Amino acid sequence: MNSVSKPIRKKDAMQLVTGKPVYTDDLAPENCLIVKLLRSPHANAMIEHIDVSKALLVPGVEAIYTYLDIPKGSRRFTCAGQTYPEPSPYDRLLLDKHVRFVGDPVAILAGTDEKALQRAMKLIKVEYKVLPAVLDFRTAKDNPVLVHPEADWESLCPVGADNRRNLCAHDECGSGDIEGVLASSDIVIDRVYHTKACQQTMMEPFATFCTIDAYGRLNVVSSTQIVFHCRRIIANALGIPKTMIRVSKPRIGGGFGAKQTSVSEIYPAFVTWKTKKPSKIVFTREETQTASSPRHEMELHVRLGATKEGIVRAIDLYTLSNTGAYGEHGPTTVGLSGHKSIPLYGKAEAFRFVTDVVYTNVMSAGAYRGYGATQGLFAVESAVNELAEKLGIDPFVLREKNIVKEGDVMPAYYGETLTSCALDRCLQKVKEMIGWEQKGQVRSVGENRVRCLGMGMAMQGSGISGVDVGGATLRLGEEGIYLLSIAAADMGTGCDTTLAQIAAEVLDCSPDRISVFGADTDASPYDSGSYASSTAFVTGKATEKCALKLREKIETLGASLLGAERKDVTFDGEKVSYQDNFVTLSEIAAASMAGRGTLEVTECHTSPNSPPPFMVGACELEVDLETGEVEVVEFDAAVDCGTPLNPNLVRVQAEGGILQGIGMALYENIEYSEEGVARHNSLMQYKIPTRMDVGRIRVAIESSYEPQGPFGAKSVGEVVINTPLPAIADALSKAVGVRFTELPILPEQIALKKRFFRE
Amino acid sequence: MTVTIFLNGNKITEDVSPDETLLSFVRSHGCKSVKCGCETTNCGLCTVFLEDTPVLSCALLAVRADQKKVTTLEGLPKEAEEFGSFLADQGAEQCGFCNPGLIMNAIALFRENPHPSDEEIKRYLAGNLCRCSGYEGQMRAIKEFVRWRDSNEQRQ
Repeated sequence: MNSVSKPIRKKDAMQLVTGKPVYTDDLAPENCLIVKLLRSPHANAMIEHIDVSKALLVPGVEAIYTYLDIPKGSRRFTCAGQTYPEPSPYDRLLLDKHVRFVGDPVAILAGTDEKALQRAMKLIKVEYKVLPAVLDFRTAKDNPVLVHPEADWESLCPVGADNRRNLCAHDECGSGDIEGVLASSDIVIDRVYHTKACQQTMMEPFATFCTIDAYGRLNVVSSTQIVFHCRRIIANALGIPKTMIRVSKPRIGGGFGAKQTSVSEIYPAFVTWKTKKPSKIVFTREETQTASSPRHEMELHVRLGATKEGIVRAIDLYTLSNTGAYGEHGPTTVGLSGHKSIPLYGKAEAFRFVTDVVYTNVMSAGAYRGYGATQGLFAVESAVNELAEKLGIDPFVLREKNIVKEGDVMPAYYGETLTSCALDRCLQKVKEMIGWEQKGQVRSVGENRVRCLGMGMAMQGSGISGVDVGGATLRLGEEGIYLLSIAAADMGTGCDTTLAQIAAEVLDCSPDRISVFGADTDASPYDSGSYASSTAFVTGKATEKCALKLREKIETLGASLLGAERKDVTFDGEKVSYQDNFVTLSEIAAASMAGRGTLEVTECHTSPNSPPPFMVGACELEVDLETGEVEVVEFDAAVDCGTPLNPNLVRVQAEGGILQGIGMALYENIEYSEEGVARHNSLMQYKIPTRMDVGRIRVAIESSYEPQGPFGAKSVGEVVINTPLPAIADALSKAVGVRFTELPILPEQIALKKRFFRE
Repeated sequence: MTVTIFLNGNKITEDVSPDETLLSFVRSHGCKSVKCGCETTNCGLCTVFLEDTPVLSCALLAVRADQKKVTTLEGLPKEAEEFGSFLADQGAEQCGFCNPGLIMNAIALFRENPHPSDEEIKRYLAGNLCRCSGYEGQMRAIKEFVRWRDSNEQRQ
């Protein structure tokens, strides 16, 4: 292959490294109204009275909106970027009389400068009727305090939601006789695990600007992964037709799923629609930390039955997920906690997977890389590591006995058949990389200092089967240059480049000859957006199909110009040849412009399956048992993403994902006060890993070939975050002698557990 | 109050509010490479040179730069491109949002210490956060850049 699998530079790389103004706030018009939100200081309250008259007198203030400005009878909506009808309940209004978490918007302010708005914010008089709040998600279900008592709450899909029970979703599934198999198992591991609502912490905060265009339409430019869903969400929020809205995205300063929810767009959209003036909102880091779309906090109860030889016979998982004040991505994230952990164990005779997703009075959760699989894999992989310990079997050996294999039908993975898998090779590779057999799982390296090793496996999906739609338009321009138009969102991931590599491979040209445009709801073909690990696999396949069709058209037109049949000509990327004659691509393009049929193709793709990528990861830690200080000496991983479309980008995605996973395992903590105030409201409190925190991260690519993917590719973006959690937890359990079941594992917990264990 | 700031070689004299940050000042003068990532001096995205020292412009008042030279990545296009191309070759620029701050600080590092060890690189750039790359690709880029620069100098 000439383009696919080549480690070429990203198309936008040089613009990014030279600091060009390509992000939302760089591009906003200078005369924009600034939009700010007054936010609720209470976790659960009714606005009894709100008076903005004094605030409106502040010079520079253009407009202030409250729930009184939202038309009565407005339909509720969701900000989750999902295909219609969204599984997430319609439980939001743009502004509501009922505020449901500390940070819920109370008023939208717009003005010419920030200082005026700060002053005005203080002059808004709000009287609240403060209500009791549900802050512990373990008490939310059937709690007398309802987060959404309103009659106009709606659930569009049968996800088991019931707002009268604080239930955002409920589901049960399984196969085989779970209780029977557990009862007859030689050993049962029974544990409860807990993970917190980590923040994506992309470097660019949420940002949107809006203008009214020459046709009177609302033009939204936003840092979003989901231009088309965003357009629908704004239409719902404003009660205007989608045809009146255009959404486009410039470069995005990181997403990781945060921007799969319309966190910021609806507010400036409302201001610009009302005032007909340009406006922008740029969230502060505090807002990005406290009023956004973090990972769902989950409690996972695993019961795992096995033979004494270490064959996993049954997995019973109950997941309780905390969606917070609104249900964004609530019903769907929870599903991955079981469907993308249980299927790793191919020999299991039975499984059961029961889920509850509950409303509470904290900020709404959303989509974060891994999307529930991360939490589920932490629990299941930790249980398997404990099983290995109890049986005295090496964790790698135990995995080798159990893993799912190519050709296996996976009952817990929607009954899909596994069509590509290099999990066995990933295990072998990582075992060698980390020096597992030589080092052993724990060794002393000084007084009270130990080195410890741990490992874990992971899988994810490649798009949502039968739901995600990828789209690509390819056009041959008159100079013989192609334009590839997409609505998948390159958020640093490099899909503009990898999709061009796919098209270039089919069209026998350099990726430099493919200009990429996107994403824009007016000009791009429909695509559900970049999430659920869909872009490489789903949009990639659409691009491949599109390029094949365009190639066919080029050959047909070339043949006709040469007076030949398509079957008799050849196309080498530069010219179509028939015997000794040829026409160049530019000549073919010129002919197409002159009425010989356009050389433009649009293709969409949706896949009935979601082939899982796999990963194995292992860590070596050094632990000071007195202080609990942990040093990550090394993290080694091997990933099977089918064919790596661009090995450089695969590698960096993997390295970045691993460090995020390490952050979730060791540092990143979300805590609320007893009043529901988020404590981790800045990067001072919320500690993401720095380059001082990790010795080294090494990634190996163990390719498989996925027959349904473009040139054999599967996804890579999400699977990479999952393995550090169980690996680190197991290594620390080995060091201390006590199982760790809650993340993050902080130094004080390690030191305390060690002391406790000793006594 | 009135200040005179030499921004990327351009003399700018104007009234600024006493509480305006240098970050807001340089962005309002078109230096959009300088980003705001945290407002609390934790992320390194807003790194600029005051005279020749890297500073975090989110925590520095514009008036503090009165009569001083301020340099942003816009003022160092050649160095940005030279070093940046090594990030690009690794795919380590990823979303790019943290790059200008990182590159400013890396340039400062190379000026102070042309042959930094891995540990010195990590320490010097510790305040430049990146959420995409896991830092490994940045490290590879830095080492490749130093190697390339040295072989270039030898040739000359």
